[in-house]
Amino acid sequence: MRIEQHPILNFDRGREINFTFNGQPMKGYEGETIAAALHAAGVKVLAKSPEKHRPRGFYCAIGNCASCQMTVDGEPNVRTCITLLREGMTVETQEGKGRLK
Amino acid sequence: MFEKTGVASREMVMEKFPPIERINKGPVAVVECYQKIPCNPCQTACPVGAICIGEDINNIPVRDEEKCGGCGICVSKCPGLSIMIVDGSKSPDTIEFRIPYEFLPLPEPGEKVIGLDRAGQPVCEAKVIRVMNLPAFDRTPVVTLEVGREYLYDFRNFKREV
Amino acid sequence: MKEVELLIIGSGPAGLCAAISAARSGARVLVLERTFKPGGQLIKQTHMFFGSESQYASHRGVDIAGILLKKAEELGDRIEIMLNATAVGFYEDNVVTVLKDEKEYFKIRAKSIICATGAYEKSLAFPNNDLPGIYGAGAVQTLMNVYGIRPGDRVLMVGAGNIGVIVSYQLLQAGIEVVAVLDAAPRIGAYLVHASKLARMGVPILTSHTVKEAIGTDCLEAAIVCEVDDKFRPIPGTEKRYDVDVLCISVGLSPLNELLAMRGVEMKYVPQLSGQVPMRTENCETSIPGIFVAGDASGIEEASSAMAEGYLAGLCAAAKLGHVPEDFEERRQEYLKQLEGLRSGPVGDRIRAGMKLSELKEE
Repeated sequence: MRIEQHPILNFDRGREINFTFNGQPMKGYEGETIAAALHAAGVKVLAKSPEKHRPRGFYCAIGNCASCQMTVDGEPNVRTCITLLREGMTVETQEGKGRLK
Repeated sequence: MFEKTGVASREMVMEKFPPIERINKGPVAVVECYQKIPCNPCQTACPVGAICIGEDINNIPVRDEEKCGGCGICVSKCPGLSIMIVDGSKSPDTIEFRIPYEFLPLPEPGEKVIGLDRAGQPVCEAKVIRVMNLPAFDRTPVVTLEVGREYLYDFRNFKREV
Repeated sequence: MKEVELLIIGSGPAGLCAAISAARSGARVLVLERTFKPGGQLIKQTHMFFGSESQYASHRGVDIAGILLKKAEELGDRIEIMLNATAVGFYEDNVVTVLKDEKEYFKIRAKSIICATGAYEKSLAFPNNDLPGIYGAGAVQTLMNVYGIRPGDRVLMVGAGNIGVIVSYQLLQAGIEVVAVLDAAPRIGAYLVHASKLARMGVPILTSHTVKEAIGTDCLEAAIVCEVDDKFRPIPGTEKRYDVDVLCISVGLSPLNELLAMRGVEMKYVPQLSGQVPMRTENCETSIPGIFVAGDASGIEEASSAMAEGYLAGLCAAAKLGHVPEDFEERRQEYLKQLEGLRSGPVGDRIRAGMKLSELKEE
């Protein structure tokens, strides 16, 4: 899902970052947001809505809409479209409103 | 229709072309800018002052076919990619077009490609003569293609054979 | 509490130009940027901009961001850009509260403030519009042009304004199929040169069309599209199905300026400027002296106008703080002339009408 050749842009990807998504090992690049890395890996469903449990993906990708909130390192409601990947992060699909530990 | 589809009518297109006698003399710019928008890089870029917009940057550019030598600097400068160079001096049967092409992979000289019209529909065969991607073009490469004369007012783009 | 001379909220085209302009006059400027990269939406724009040389026409947006940042850097410590810093409140005593790195919360007091907070994307209501795979056009640009990630394989674009048409072209450049561009309006809103670029790539632009519903269980699988009549009512029997994995929504922007409303500047709903906007003078000053606005926050326009407004607002805000350069009036007239040029043609009709409604007369 990554663009390797582009007529206008060069993508200088940073070093590889390892993280987990629902326990599965995943890779992304430094300087990339969680939502971007997940999308590149084919993951589009990031959460389930609180009442009707409908699938949620990102919508705005700039931190406005709250559609991309996930549980990151145990903390719920993290806006993954504006949160950069860090080595060893644990990222989980969020069911509903999430629960503070 | 143009405002509904983005595809200019043949009458609109023909109005932007200089007379065939001029085209047969050598390369000349065809500026397919039909709408008054605030934009003037074509005028700024032309080294011989052949494209005039004037004081109000919303004016539609007017190309002076006598001053224009078809150098093609404006082709990669137009933000709307609306300019192409046509040259009918090379042979009695064909026209050479120089058009901007911002896609990868770029074609190879000598390659046969499918000529497309303004709606992106195949209309003819075209042969790639040159591909120029100079630093001054700032990533808007200019492709020179040879096309049958009868497609002068139809040909506007191309796609590579898959 | 941190004290600054001039605070600029937003580092997009308007904010950066305002900072450069004010710092050139001698003001000390702090720019707040909520993301981890300055430049606002410029960094996602791979197409060449319109306008004239003064607004870097014919340069690509992403390169203009670089040009402006270099200019800002050349002004040394007169400009500080604070990243990951979101302005969340704006109070009577010109105190702005800031959330930095999602953790630190603090106050900044400024003698003068320029709000250059830009815009947000509008959404569209239709059944299943919440399915993953349905994205705002800005999100598609972010994925594709900032991170180099394909948003999907087949895209249906909703909206034939400049953004919809430009993003469609950018999708093609990234090697992604665009099946069609829809717009409920009977005419293409985009500059027609942009529309023609897309049309000759074989992408149909369907005016008087809208999305009836999206289909999919976990993610988008298809969209049902139909024609609309001259009152935007769906015409039964005209439904068409497009199997796509991305539906890109580009139905316009609204000014993002709640901070100004919170501060209590006089606001007005001006449809021609796409929403609630602050009343402002010719010099971009709001109803509260020393508080300025520039760019989309004062009404939706092109980036070229945002830059010219930024330069004007920066010049005038610095002058009010006592930094009046010798060529002040000359520069002010030059920026006003640029703005007049950008707004004077037929595509500027709406803007000019809107500006009349939101103008505060200088006393």
